[in-house]
Amino acid sequence: MTNETSKQQTNLPTILAAASGGGHWNQMMQLRPALEISGNVIFATTDPQLAKLASAKYEVIEDYNQSQPMKILKGLFAAHRLIRKIKPDIVVSTGAAPGLVCLLLGHLSGARTIWVDSIANAEKLSLSGRIASNFASITLTQWEALSDKNRIQYAGSVL
Amino acid sequence: MIFFTIGTQLPFDRLVAMVDDVAGKISEPIIGQIGNTDYRPLNFQYSTHVEPEDFAERVNNARIIIGHAGIGTLLAAKLAAKPVIVMARQASLGEHRNDHQSATAKQLTNIQGVHVIHNTEELLQLLISKELQPMNSETGPSLHKLHAKLRSEISKGRLKRLTKNHPTKVS
Repeated sequence: MTNETSKQQTNLPTILAAASGGGHWNQMMQLRPALEISGNVIFATTDPQLAKLASAKYEVIEDYNQSQPMKILKGLFAAHRLIRKIKPDIVVSTGAAPGLVCLLLGHLSGARTIWVDSIANAEKLSLSGRIASNFASITLTQWEALSDKNRIQYAGSVL
Repeated sequence: MIFFTIGTQLPFDRLVAMVDDVAGKISEPIIGQIGNTDYRPLNFQYSTHVEPEDFAERVNNARIIIGHAGIGTLLAAKLAAKPVIVMARQASLGEHRNDHQSATAKQLTNIQGVHVIHNTEELLQLLISKELQPMNSETGPSLHKLHAKLRSEISKGRLKRLTKNHPTKVS
């Protein structure tokens, strides 16, 4: 693997990086250097303005939370289309619910999946994080106390 | 100038009222972004919403950032290497869906440049103190570790288009 940032290196993985606007997006931007050195990154976000500002290659996803079942259903179909279009080898998400849905559909497509739980959850993993930990290749918490040293691991934080 | 922000998602009347109170007692101007808060400040300039590019500019121009204990606020202060004063939203007062901000705030007291407050008096004392320690904008060991972990996890993934046709051939 090289350190070149050339956009279409065919021997590098395609990485879908899904994050809602606000704190989730900010945290994803902190992870961005590690992603871009590892592969061709396409972001999926609920706030296109933020992605434009960051000069990121992106797709827009609808925003919803766990109490909106109809929107989740629509989000499932949208994520399905997105995964079929991008064919990611890796899906990474910092949350929230739309990111979890992208991670799930990515998992079903055979991609390796990485959930990075928001640093906002210091005492308990987020609900999305707890769900993700059941299928994700790896779930990372940003608080050492929340690691179970198995499925849920601590490996540093964005602060 | 002091930049005050409560984030984009929920109102935070209690903090807006506190900042308004303090703004009347100091000479340094405060510029605020107060979202859907009902309380209307009398002692400082405010808007409900700030565009992302203006937000970054205001953070850069400010001497101190005041905000809710949200990650967006903390990371913005970190990137600009500014001191940040934060107060946690409390679910019992209807300020958030749960108390994760109080939990986070407790942990944040260990981070350089993050000053956690609980009342108006603490806020005033910090604003009139001569020097307030700023956050460190450099990538710290903790983020380096997270980057290394991500790179290692990504490298364990298989490339779909390569494994599908010619498992061993790398173009």
